Amino acid sequence: MLAKRIIPCLDVNAGRVVKGVNFVELRDAGDPVEIARRYDDQGADEITFLDITASSDDRDIILHIVEACAEQVFIPLTVGGGVRKVDDVRRLLNAGADKVSMNTAAVQNPQLVAEASNKVGSQCIVVAIDAKQTSPGKWEVFTHGGRNNTGIDAIAWAGEVERLGAGEILLTSMDRDGTKIGFDLQLTRAIADAVGIPVIASGGVGNLQHLADGVTQGRADAVLAASIFHYGEFTVRQAKEYMRDQGIEVRL
Amino acid sequence: MSSVVVVDYGMGNLRSVAKAIEHVAPEAEVLVSSDAAQIAAADRVVVPGQGAMPDCMRELAARGLREAVIRAAAEKPFLGICVGLQMLFGHAEEGNVTGLEILPGRVPRFPDAAMRAADGSRLKVPHMGWNRVHQAEPHPLWDGIEDDARFYFVHSYYVEPTDPEVIAGSSNYGIPFTSAVARDNIFAVQFHPEKSAQGGLRLLGNFMRWKP
Repeated sequence: MLAKRIIPCLDVNAGRVVKGVNFVELRDAGDPVEIARRYDDQGADEITFLDITASSDDRDIILHIVEACAEQVFIPLTVGGGVRKVDDVRRLLNAGADKVSMNTAAVQNPQLVAEASNKVGSQCIVVAIDAKQTSPGKWEVFTHGGRNNTGIDAIAWAGEVERLGAGEILLTSMDRDGTKIGFDLQLTRAIADAVGIPVIASGGVGNLQHLADGVTQGRADAVLAASIFHYGEFTVRQAKEYMRDQGIEVRL
Repeated sequence: MSSVVVVDYGMGNLRSVAKAIEHVAPEAEVLVSSDAAQIAAADRVVVPGQGAMPDCMRELAARGLREAVIRAAAEKPFLGICVGLQMLFGHAEEGNVTGLEILPGRVPRFPDAAMRAADGSRLKVPHMGWNRVHQAEPHPLWDGIEDDARFYFVHSYYVEPTDPEVIAGSSNYGIPFTSAVARDNIFAVQFHPEKSAQGGLRLLGNFMRWKP
């Protein structure tokens, strides 16, 4: 059967990995391509780059990173951040990305999801949803890195992006992001059960049990994490062995 | 020196396919091309494909590549990937189009009713991620790849060959389905070898050495 995926995520600013990455024997802790290769060696199922470059002058740098990555890393690569037009999607795919993720732009202009998926195929279009709990059992969509509350119901929005043609949802709990206390499992499960497309759980991973919980209790198809892998606390392989020992199907 | 053309008909991530082949066959001449003459001149041909089958068929025809691809599939080592596999068959449920009809069979969508895991949870479509491929028979392209190895898939439709003889590999997602076919000089896979880490690179290397 299909394996549950483990996806390390790298924040990239003007071509450099932000927050650094602590691996032994890493030549350049800021080089996204070298780090992506390292994760590939560890058995990562995919890699995600989140481009947080603020300056528009430096936006094209990510394209060169993606090109270099496509020459050396032979697992799927998703790139998100700053995607506003269908042309942005196309340029990233042409550079070698397999999937492109959009967030704020999708909320501002839902037709972008439809247009992009019509042009390049649903399988290339990921919609990232940043959700925050507003009352028990209710979550709303936030944009601009969690600063703006759109008032849109997260579960309804997930269904909407599926109808518009998204191939996958990257779901981040803004309540949990950075806390290391685990995914918002209730939110993950609510979204995963509401849609027929794969859901990647994100936000809050502090240990390996959290990853396993995202799959078993949250029913996520994939789990995304950054810091537990970056600082060498755990390797992707350790995460997979842990999940396998809990009866979860993984690629080892 | 062996030359290979990755057929460019405007669909999908061709760079990855070309880069993966360059990685495993550094001495080969790898060309991404939408030129029928170059396809005809190449020693080997790879037809990748991503996105919707109707778009792929339309783009292939619009670029005048239909005949070139049919001829390549008839006479030289030919590797189809994803939609490049699906287009070898006849009727495709997606957009209700007809493929190249090189192999008999059809291309249905994963049936909603079967999309349940053993624990009752929903199996998502597209079928996206790493699944096992059971090798139906030994084949030079499986050389050095263990049976039931995992490859990366992303698709909502699958091929249903009429002739079971062409099935080279099968996988399971709610239902069993054909994930690789082989006949004479043709090998075609539903998964993406260019995105399937070591196993996928091995398959591409095998293709570059293959003498059917």
